[in-house]
Amino acid sequence: MKTIYEDLNKRFTMSGYKQQRDDLAFVTVDKDQLVNAITYLKDYHKFTHLAFVTAVDWLEENEFQITYLLHNYELKVDLGLKVRLDRDNPTMDTIHHLWKQARVYQRELHEMFGIDFPGSPGVNDPMILESWEGPPPMRRDFDTKKYSEETYDHRERQHIEPEDHLRKQLYPED
Amino acid sequence: MIDKYPKIVDGKSVYDLDSQKYLKMWQGPQHPGVTGNMSLELIISGDQVVACNTHVGYLHRGFEKLMERRRYINCFPIVCRICVPEPDTNEYLFAAATEELLGITVPEKAQWLRTLDLELSRLASFLMWIGGQSGSFGSGTVAQWAIANRDFVLDLFEELSGARIYHMYMIPGGVRGNLPEGWIEHTEKVLNNTEKLLDEIYIVLFNNAVFKSRAVGMGVITPEMIDQYGIVGPNARASGAARDIRKDNPYLVYDHLDFKIETETAGDTYARTLVRWKEMHQSISLIRQILKLMPKLGPIYTKLPNVLHMKVPAGETYVKAESTRGEYGYYIVADGTEFPRKITVRGPSYSHGMALLEDLVVGGNIADTHGLMLSLHTYPPEIER
Repeated sequence: MKTIYEDLNKRFTMSGYKQQRDDLAFVTVDKDQLVNAITYLKDYHKFTHLAFVTAVDWLEENEFQITYLLHNYELKVDLGLKVRLDRDNPTMDTIHHLWKQARVYQRELHEMFGIDFPGSPGVNDPMILESWEGPPPMRRDFDTKKYSEETYDHRERQHIEPEDHLRKQLYPED
Repeated sequence: MIDKYPKIVDGKSVYDLDSQKYLKMWQGPQHPGVTGNMSLELIISGDQVVACNTHVGYLHRGFEKLMERRRYINCFPIVCRICVPEPDTNEYLFAAATEELLGITVPEKAQWLRTLDLELSRLASFLMWIGGQSGSFGSGTVAQWAIANRDFVLDLFEELSGARIYHMYMIPGGVRGNLPEGWIEHTEKVLNNTEKLLDEIYIVLFNNAVFKSRAVGMGVITPEMIDQYGIVGPNARASGAARDIRKDNPYLVYDHLDFKIETETAGDTYARTLVRWKEMHQSISLIRQILKLMPKLGPIYTKLPNVLHMKVPAGETYVKAESTRGEYGYYIVADGTEFPRKITVRGPSYSHGMALLEDLVVGGNIADTHGLMLSLHTYPPEIER
């Protein structure tokens, strides 16, 4: 793992290498070089499996973090690549040409966090939230309670006990 | 005059539904052949599928958002609900990731009990799946047998943990309870019956002319597709890739157990069914080994700090385990407070059920669509957490 990181560090701007376990490490990559770094890892270091792509909202620092987790089936190690984006204008390069499932992850991130991936097929199609008009719901500043109170009407419901109802139906004179 | 092929506008095929050549058909979200609530928007020509678009969103419960607002111990009853037929993998992974961030080690006996629980849940999940798979090819008898037998496995869970579906057995720190009295004998009885059932399923399903003629050559996954689509688990093993996290990155006590990775080479529905049938035998053998080798005495729980004020040190980790559908993983980011910053659940159905299925069903027959979907073993609850 360390040797792979040293090789990567020669070619790309990287920081914050952390060995979490023997078979897992995380590293932060510069935003512009991420796709190049992933392509290099896939082609030369046999990191051929993309486990997931996810985003973490660091609201206090006004940044999004996107984590790409790659797996190498020969060395049996996982490597997490992290990239930091500006939260006000989150745009990231797409990797759908490397793995076919990447477009689904990118579509979800676009919907849930509002991170744009220009060029990713179907990235603007709604995945889960059809006809949603509010802000992206997985952001930390999205207040679920406030949104539901503003958007949906409160419905007064009449509570009927089944036992009372049946009694009234069967024995109306009681 | 109708064109043979659809028009292409902006790089996308446009299907003129008024031309009477194409028909749009929805399969799901309420469909007996679809596990869980997920729908496929199919464009068909005759009875051939020419385009497919998957739609999820009927089951979204926002668990990842919910867990950001809850303490770690409050997340523990939520995680098992992410995947309904196989909740134990979720429990184990959440517990393991939390323990890793807290720096806690789990007693040996608890690790054996966790492995036992995971293997039992694999068996229950496979039994439910083979019911769906055979039912989708018209063999309802096998479906009834398998689901009935799964109920006996659920009885074992009920004795062990007090619950049938959501066991909540593997709490961070260890497990909730020891083996009850007489449980081992009861288990042996259920396993013997399951083995008999599996032999009968082999005769009825794998030698069935209808199943053979439809499943052989259907939905072939080539070895090149495995890396392109991120295919894991039995779907990859049926295409010849000998990959199993239990062997490659052993967790819990899997390195003490004796088993081999089951593979096939055809990569079609028949091969996938066969791999899973072999893995059911494997699970039964593993449960027997665990019951034999497990230490009889010892603690089953490590005391945690006060869970209501427990602060998890800042850091991040990813733990993974082999579920019945392949690599299942939890990525937890902690920021040093009582609440997790982010918990991402990586379900294998995500890539199998959306990216892969959309491409595999194209060119197939409409009647084979749900058989194909079940042969990929997708559970929609884990696509939309």
